[in-house]
Amino acid sequence: MATSEQTEKLSIQQMIEEQRGKKAKKRIEKSIPIILFLIASISVLTTFGIVFTLIFETIEFFQRVPFLDFIFGKEWLPFSNKEPLFGILPLIAGTLKVTAIAVVVAVPFGLASAVYLSEYASDNTRRIIKPILEVLAGVPTIVYGFFALTFVTPLLQQFIPDLKIFNALSPGIVVGIMILPMIASLSEDAMTSVPNSIRDGALALGATKLEVAVKVVLPAALSGIMASIVLAVSRAIGETMIVSLAGGSTPRFDLDMTDSIQTMTAYIVQVSTGDAGFGTTIYYSIYAVGFTLFLFTLLMNWLAHAISKRFREEY
Amino acid sequence: MVQVNLNKPQLKETTDSNQNVNMNNIVYDTKQLNLWYGNHHALKNIDLAIKENEVTAIIGPSGCGKSTYIKTLNRMVELVPSVKTSGQIIYRDRNIFDSDYNVEELRTRVGMVFQKPNPFPKSIFDNIAYGPRIHGIKNKKTLDEIVEKSLRGAAIWDEVKDRLHENAYGLSGGQQQRICIARALAIEPDVILMDEPTSALDPISTLKVEELVQELKENYSIIIVTHNMQQAARISDKTAFFLNGEVIEFDQTDTIFSTPSDKRTEDYISGRFG
Repeated sequence: MATSEQTEKLSIQQMIEEQRGKKAKKRIEKSIPIILFLIASISVLTTFGIVFTLIFETIEFFQRVPFLDFIFGKEWLPFSNKEPLFGILPLIAGTLKVTAIAVVVAVPFGLASAVYLSEYASDNTRRIIKPILEVLAGVPTIVYGFFALTFVTPLLQQFIPDLKIFNALSPGIVVGIMILPMIASLSEDAMTSVPNSIRDGALALGATKLEVAVKVVLPAALSGIMASIVLAVSRAIGETMIVSLAGGSTPRFDLDMTDSIQTMTAYIVQVSTGDAGFGTTIYYSIYAVGFTLFLFTLLMNWLAHAISKRFREEY
Repeated sequence: MVQVNLNKPQLKETTDSNQNVNMNNIVYDTKQLNLWYGNHHALKNIDLAIKENEVTAIIGPSGCGKSTYIKTLNRMVELVPSVKTSGQIIYRDRNIFDSDYNVEELRTRVGMVFQKPNPFPKSIFDNIAYGPRIHGIKNKKTLDEIVEKSLRGAAIWDEVKDRLHENAYGLSGGQQQRICIARALAIEPDVILMDEPTSALDPISTLKVEELVQELKENYSIIIVTHNMQQAARISDKTAFFLNGEVIEFDQTDTIFSTPSDKRTEDYISGRFG
């Protein structure tokens, strides 16, 4: 009883003062930032670690293969017994073919879905469709790869008899389907965040829904849309399983979409899963290819950042 | 309750600038209009006849239905999902609720200025040219002329003529609102609806917009919602007083502000509530 009477007599400020005096609390307050900093540095250090490994192994590679042969060489024949050739252009061509097809598929369909969801669909429809789209984004890429190889390729062969079993077209289309939800979802977010007052302004001038969507909402949301496309492209460039399964393993430097190709990622898979010995030129070549890939995605991320900054429209 | 003075002779005709216009021409005739938001009965048996080339002010306390009413006139209110209406609004001899009435055509003839300035995130030029462009006017020279004429009409040409290709968001709030008025003028509408156009503006910008309204009524019929009674008194020819979704009184502005016939109008105007 006596203690409770005592506490009753203390004012709130006094109680707070008492709490503040406790040392344990002070110690926790001081150590928390240090602990958080250490945890945060792990991811930063990992990134540095990866980049340094890439760089060192790549340097080692360039001591065996001339740099200019690598970036300008039009033949990638690492397994040749007589004279292995390490010209990266065929691998880049493979990657760009798949990416280009993916963009051609994903951008129109993704944007159309985004316009539908943000401008036409009722709240209920949107609530149902958006999660489904996001499920599509969550399908494991190995499943997509299988889908490309065993369903899309045979289907395309009905229309294009010349199509080889491994080709650029089929994985390109499937990578497009894979990145489509990303474009649709991020673009929809950008368009939904355009204030309704701007739509009202256009509607009040006698604009139809389509005119509002195309001539007001799309331009206003352009920065978000561009950023979504660039992010999707960077995923397409880095995509591995689909192209490994359905693209083949024949690096070629041309524009043929119907024949077997090899992308940068697929080459790395091929070597990693094969039996190239440690310390061989082939072993080091995957680091050089990985580093090139890293530069591509880095460029894309930087581009996304620059675009969203550049086109940002205040509303 | 509802008092419509269609047959009363005009008392102030000589001082009005629009003597040469037929004063009996009715642009908007609202008959027994009811409107519900879901179960909320927002407009009750509205009867109002609005004449052309006049400024008609709609006043009343918050939530009285004045904004709802003006948004019904160009059917913008239908953007609210749960809206139901009954009754008629006759605009130029046709009921705008007719099932075959083209709402885009209505909004092309009836412009609107909103409470908060809402220019498009585009250049000043593109803002003004938006309306003409969506209605098919593409010729660069014609557009140039329309933009200049509209900006002059909205009394903002001199302020922006050197920066037509800059983003409209760089302008002040008052300038943005006049851009929005110019944007409405660019398609030469018949009626301009203004939904509290000065409520987000400072006193000087408000004055400019009010002066503009006075000039515009020579060529346009203007219906303006305002919560500012002095503003209604300053700029309007007729005033309608709304309360709880009903029109309590509709008369010459002078009459409403000097000798209102309803006690509630008098109470509101003298500041006893609202």
